[in-house]
Amino acid sequence: MSNLLQPHKADWYEASARERIAGLLDPTSFAEFLGPEQRAVSPHLAQFGLTGAFDDGIVVGRGSCGDHEVFVAAQEGQFLGGAFGEVHGAKLVGLLRAARAGAGRGGPRAVLLLLDTGGVRLQEANAGELAISEIIRAIIDVRTAGVPVLALVGGRAGAFGGGGIITACCSRIVVSEHARVSVSGPEVIETNKGVEEFDARDRALVWRVCGARTRYLTGGADRYVKGSIEDFREAATSLISHAPTFELSTLKAEQQRLTERLQHFGDCRDAPEIWRKAGLTQPDRITDITDDAFLAIQRPKGADHDAR
Amino acid sequence: MTLDEILASLFPSSHRVERGSSGTVHGTAKVEGQGDVTVVGIVEGTPLGIDGAILLAGHVLAAVEAGGRAPIIVLVDTSSQNMARRDELMGLNEYLAHLAKSLALAAQHGHPTVSVLFGHAAAGAFIATALSSESLVALPGAEPSVMDLPSISRVTKLPLDQLKELAKSTPIFAPGVEPLFATGAVAETWSVNEPFAQRLAALLRQPVATSDQRDRIGFERKGRLLAQKVAERVAIEAAAHV
Repeated sequence: MSNLLQPHKADWYEASARERIAGLLDPTSFAEFLGPEQRAVSPHLAQFGLTGAFDDGIVVGRGSCGDHEVFVAAQEGQFLGGAFGEVHGAKLVGLLRAARAGAGRGGPRAVLLLLDTGGVRLQEANAGELAISEIIRAIIDVRTAGVPVLALVGGRAGAFGGGGIITACCSRIVVSEHARVSVSGPEVIETNKGVEEFDARDRALVWRVCGARTRYLTGGADRYVKGSIEDFREAATSLISHAPTFELSTLKAEQQRLTERLQHFGDCRDAPEIWRKAGLTQPDRITDITDDAFLAIQRPKGADHDAR
Repeated sequence: MTLDEILASLFPSSHRVERGSSGTVHGTAKVEGQGDVTVVGIVEGTPLGIDGAILLAGHVLAAVEAGGRAPIIVLVDTSSQNMARRDELMGLNEYLAHLAKSLALAAQHGHPTVSVLFGHAAAGAFIATALSSESLVALPGAEPSVMDLPSISRVTKLPLDQLKELAKSTPIFAPGVEPLFATGAVAETWSVNEPFAQRLAALLRQPVATSDQRDRIGFERKGRLLAQKVAERVAIEAAAHV
């Protein structure tokens, strides 16, 4: 375990779900719901010869974050790729429903989702898929009640499949360089469509197509941070007070923003083509420069928005 | 059944549903007791990508903006999400999420939303269409899945025969209408022997649930025994802290 005494200094990418929560929230403020001592284990894994986990790969609870009372959920990307199963998904559904019930009645000021997931857990595919749909509805209900939901993505598993869709349902999205946010994984595309369509072993290509820098520059993420837990904490704390509401005008603006993205860039095959069209200098180097140099880039028009 | 047969059976008095690009359809139809309803859909097994999703969301948002409380019927015969580098480069996750959010917004504004599944729907396309309406109806020919068994076999490294055997004893992972009915995803299944128009009118007469009931239904149908209880236990502990 790294940096036990200074959990916020630790690297988000390397940290476990519990370490991320410890560094993200104010010291000693975290209280877990349905913790591992209650052994809410998936009953579906044994038939596949897999051992379960006492938290089923997700930690949920409450705490304070820079004096904001928040609910928090963190997926453990090292357990079955952070995938959504029945218990795993239901823990998040329960947390979101409680956040909505508490809105305006002393409930949390925001919900923080620390996503680190490959998507549905195929050993319990139907339960996982349904949980993702239930989570999407619950996020929308929470946002409608005036409580922002923030997605924080920077783990090994990224946010793929339904996890990518959940990410884009949140009020705000924070990413670090390691984050990949997508629906179909590169391996899945290669398997189905061939290596000419997507060479999943070309890691630079994978990051150009799915990675944090592309998402941030196109408006698929709202904040790009350097990789420490403290960086995520600062971003989350400031974004809690600046989140779009869920209403018709927001979605109409999103319709326009996503339509314009297709009009401007829909014929691009790779990220540097987008940056060239957007007028960024040195479009071929954007994935290679340091975080500081990247953060100094002026984002293309429309990438900074309230339309989600 | 073909799209035309389904349209004729769902909307016998009249419908004007036209084909758009990217496998989409859009129009209006009359349903007994409801007057005009909005019809949108993705058909002919077309994978749902960025182009189709933005078209469908646009139709849904236009219906919300038009006001009233006309139901929105979503016809679904798709595939999985469109698996392409271009779609992922553009941010397919945002486009699918936008469609799911638009359907949820329509329901919030009082438009009952019903998905009618009559072909394939898988993975992310299943989430953004069929699972994003308040009710999901499966017609004959419906083949919902999260992932097909050969793919599950590849990932889980369990032989296909063993998976097929397992699928007989649990609805938790197997593709098809029956397991997804048992887990609470599919609200109703309609057979060819009953006029779809009457079933649709009856469904739309039912009071709309104000919250997501699928985990409760999955428990009652014994297909998803834990989800509701786990969510409740977390919510109870959370409420103690509020």
